[in-house]
Amino acid sequence: MEMLTLARTFGAQLHAVRMDAAQPFAPDAIAALLALVADDLNASAVLAAGTDRGNDVMARLAARTGLPFAANCVVYRTGDDGLLTRLRWGDSLWETARLHSRRPIITVPPHTFPIQDGPLPIEVDVKPFIARLEAKDQLVRVSEHIPAAAGGVSLTEAKVVVSGGRGVGSKEGFAIIEELAGLLGGAVGCSRVVTSAGWRPHADQVGQTGTKIAPELYIACGISGATQHMAGCRNSKRILAINSDAEAPIMANADYAVIGDLKEVVPAISAEIRKSR
Amino acid sequence: MKVLVCVKRVPFTGGKMVLAPDAMSLETKHLGFTISPHEECGVEETVRIVEAQGGESVVLTLGPPEAVEQLRDAMALGIDRAIHLQTDGQEWDPQGTAAAIVEAIQADEAASGPFDLIFFGNESADSGGFQVGLRVAYALGRPCVTGLKKVTVEGSQVRCEQEVEGGRDVYVVPLPAVVTVKEGLNLPRYPSVPGRLRAARKPITTTTPKRPASRLELMRLMVMEGKGKGAEVLGTGPSAAPAVVEMLRKAGLL
Repeated sequence: MEMLTLARTFGAQLHAVRMDAAQPFAPDAIAALLALVADDLNASAVLAAGTDRGNDVMARLAARTGLPFAANCVVYRTGDDGLLTRLRWGDSLWETARLHSRRPIITVPPHTFPIQDGPLPIEVDVKPFIARLEAKDQLVRVSEHIPAAAGGVSLTEAKVVVSGGRGVGSKEGFAIIEELAGLLGGAVGCSRVVTSAGWRPHADQVGQTGTKIAPELYIACGISGATQHMAGCRNSKRILAINSDAEAPIMANADYAVIGDLKEVVPAISAEIRKSR
Repeated sequence: MKVLVCVKRVPFTGGKMVLAPDAMSLETKHLGFTISPHEECGVEETVRIVEAQGGESVVLTLGPPEAVEQLRDAMALGIDRAIHLQTDGQEWDPQGTAAAIVEAIQADEAASGPFDLIFFGNESADSGGFQVGLRVAYALGRPCVTGLKKVTVEGSQVRCEQEVEGGRDVYVVPLPAVVTVKEGLNLPRYPSVPGRLRAARKPITTTTPKRPASRLELMRLMVMEGKGKGAEVLGTGPSAAPAVVEMLRKAGLL
């Protein structure tokens, strides 16, 4: 929807090409189709969502057409000679840039700015577009899907995430984090220091290079709040920081704080929850 | 196997982002530098593949003279030699970066044979362009799979696993190929002291490509405002537990 909002700023007719136009997913085939369709329609710009697949396919389109590509744009001004604003450093910095291009190729990150309502329902005119694809464009193609192992509360869907950082001190130290997460029906997360030390699997990492989450409550235990980490939990509704350092950067970004040693504070919270039930 | 990994020197950002006076880059006077995290896993995987199958591993970077530090770091982990595309520190846009890398790869391949596999990070930590690897692959006419959490060389093919909603998608593409990887691919090793000593003697080939005009031209940066209001302190030490439980109850989470 963010993409539609930005696309409408071009004020022209909108055309859509489905990302699953090639099944099973074959990104070069979709990029080849997009290049043909964009020429056929004489498109003023090509936009996609700033998802893994959106960024992948648009980069392929840009490579094959020799055009520049701006990933994760939140503002694009059509009358402004290609001025745009895009996100950097896992959304910690805004970059104003100029895209020198006859046909801007842009992705728009989901969940980043308010959606402006346009006319709904959108009137759609479906037209088939038939193209011959070259064999080399079908070389990269999904050949198998491995479903995720079931079980546990997933990090992205949990209402509460209890995360541990360097302050937890060891792999075994996570027992108290797991206990509190269990009591709250939540998931366990961690910072990058923890996965680099091998205390937790990378799948548990919250951050710019881990998982980005938006729970009702994020409890950060012994996490200093480096920008790399905040990039993953910034969208939490509330953040509770438990840290022995009252000056830790996370305090500026948290809603609530408990100053103290997490090894004492976390078990005390668990005990208090048990008592209250 | 001849394997290449391309890396980028980026600052360790710590707790707060501060911009340089011209707002064109981060103020890095007080910051250390590292290899962008996804690429650290690319370095580790490159070392593992060449350890297992024999051959040669090469690391490449486009960056200022100081980026030699990141090339030495990669060689300390076991990479055999390095290619440095030296810049004056100005930012290069993704297209210019990709073009310079393609030229360097072609020169190296002409001199010492083709790379079977080329690693990139899925996106750099700082500029996050999501495209250099794909552009290089397209220019070289090689298949490219992005965002990988597992890479397995199987004879003349590479099996690639990409994390997607609900599991993983698998791609199998013929070599030579280009892959872009994400952190979590493996757990990178720490450099050993002998590794560091060996790295100091490994060869670095340096060239200074000319920076083309940016087609995605950086104008200025701005720091996103955090909540910044400061936290409400619920208490100190274990005695804060009742206040925390009260907060949980009010939030409807108990």
